[in-house]
Amino acid sequence: MYTQAMDVPDGSNPAASAPDSGSPQQRAHFDATIAADGRIEPQDWMPEAYRQTLLRQISQHANSEIVGMLPEGNWISRAPSLKRKAILIAKVQDEGGHGLYLYGAAETLGTSRADMIAALHSGRAKYSSIFNYPALSWADVGVIGWLVDGAAIMNQIPLCRCSYGPYARAMIRICKEESFHQRQGFDALLAMMRGTPAQQAMVQDAVNRWWWKCLAMFGPPDADSEHSAQSMRWGIKRIGNDELRQQFIDATVPQAEVLGVTLPDPELKWNAERSHYDHGAIDWEEFRSTLAGYGPCNRERLATRVAAHENGRWVREAALAHARKQQQRNTEDAS
Amino acid sequence: MTTPPLKDWPLWEVFVRSKQGLEHKHCGSLHAADARQALHLARDVYTRRQEGVSIWVVPSAAITASNPDDKAELFDPAADKIYRHPSFYDIPDDVGHM
Repeated sequence: MYTQAMDVPDGSNPAASAPDSGSPQQRAHFDATIAADGRIEPQDWMPEAYRQTLLRQISQHANSEIVGMLPEGNWISRAPSLKRKAILIAKVQDEGGHGLYLYGAAETLGTSRADMIAALHSGRAKYSSIFNYPALSWADVGVIGWLVDGAAIMNQIPLCRCSYGPYARAMIRICKEESFHQRQGFDALLAMMRGTPAQQAMVQDAVNRWWWKCLAMFGPPDADSEHSAQSMRWGIKRIGNDELRQQFIDATVPQAEVLGVTLPDPELKWNAERSHYDHGAIDWEEFRSTLAGYGPCNRERLATRVAAHENGRWVREAALAHARKQQQRNTEDAS
Repeated sequence: MTTPPLKDWPLWEVFVRSKQGLEHKHCGSLHAADARQALHLARDVYTRRQEGVSIWVVPSAAITASNPDDKAELFDPAADKIYRHPSFYDIPDDVGHM
């Protein structure tokens, strides 16, 4: 799960500030590779702005995966059956794995995981704002799978063709695993929609609260996104925010009909001329304010994340101490 | 404590054999304190859906890679040796499959 057209500004502006060290030949080789839709690998020369843009996007993506474990993790002990609990544990474990793949991809750009996690914990680095909303009922867990992961998949599939090799490879692995996340969510909601009126009302309430947040996950309209245009030129990003958002809406409306829920947008209707659904206006003010740290759960998520890291410190240190002791013993035995 | 504390566990590269009879293939990397833990974590991270029957882990620092600047020197000489490929040779049709 992730995302939004990640790469949201976090104060730095690499495109403007990064001087380049490359020779004209190296630069020409990079430009030719991008123009031919080839792949850039870690040891290849790349413009500093390209490196910084990727670093920011991949680390934000990785952060989103591990913060994304929190809203659902809260529900593991309250899942309604053993089956749902096992499914949810598997899903949350997947998110942790996705975070690991992505931190690994970012490390190939010359940073360390410890630094990225420190940046997340200090609030310097961003993560997807979607996780700053609460998961209030069991139906929220289903909706997170169906809509949030559904939106994430739309965003992530084009990233499998990203011009940076390690990121593209990580995304292929992630997309393979992500499909189960969306389907289990839909399945959980379907079970509730076949249940009591109270259960059906819970699903509708959750859909009402999440729908607009999911549309915002695709990021601001392309017209307002300068980052977006540069990323497109570099082949980091392949499809614009608006087009992906439209794809998501077109795919979701029929699914909502099968489920029997109403999407909370009175302006949502089929436009035969465009062969797409039209939709109402998104509240970008709310999106920006959540991103800036004023959403309902920003503080709680970060605090939980930091606590988990601190509480696990002794395990990491003990494992290292053990490894060192073993190594010492082996050298002594050998001499 | 004489050794300085490491910020991260060291990095390992992970290779997985997807089934008996196939080679181990690089599938990613991870941080772990030692080899045993690296194996354990690799199993949790890379084989949750029966992707493998065997795992190798190698300290990333132990890998020697060719320098990208040497690419031309190393690999270009092979480009003009097309006689190393079977398709270089025209064999009469009457010979049949060879």
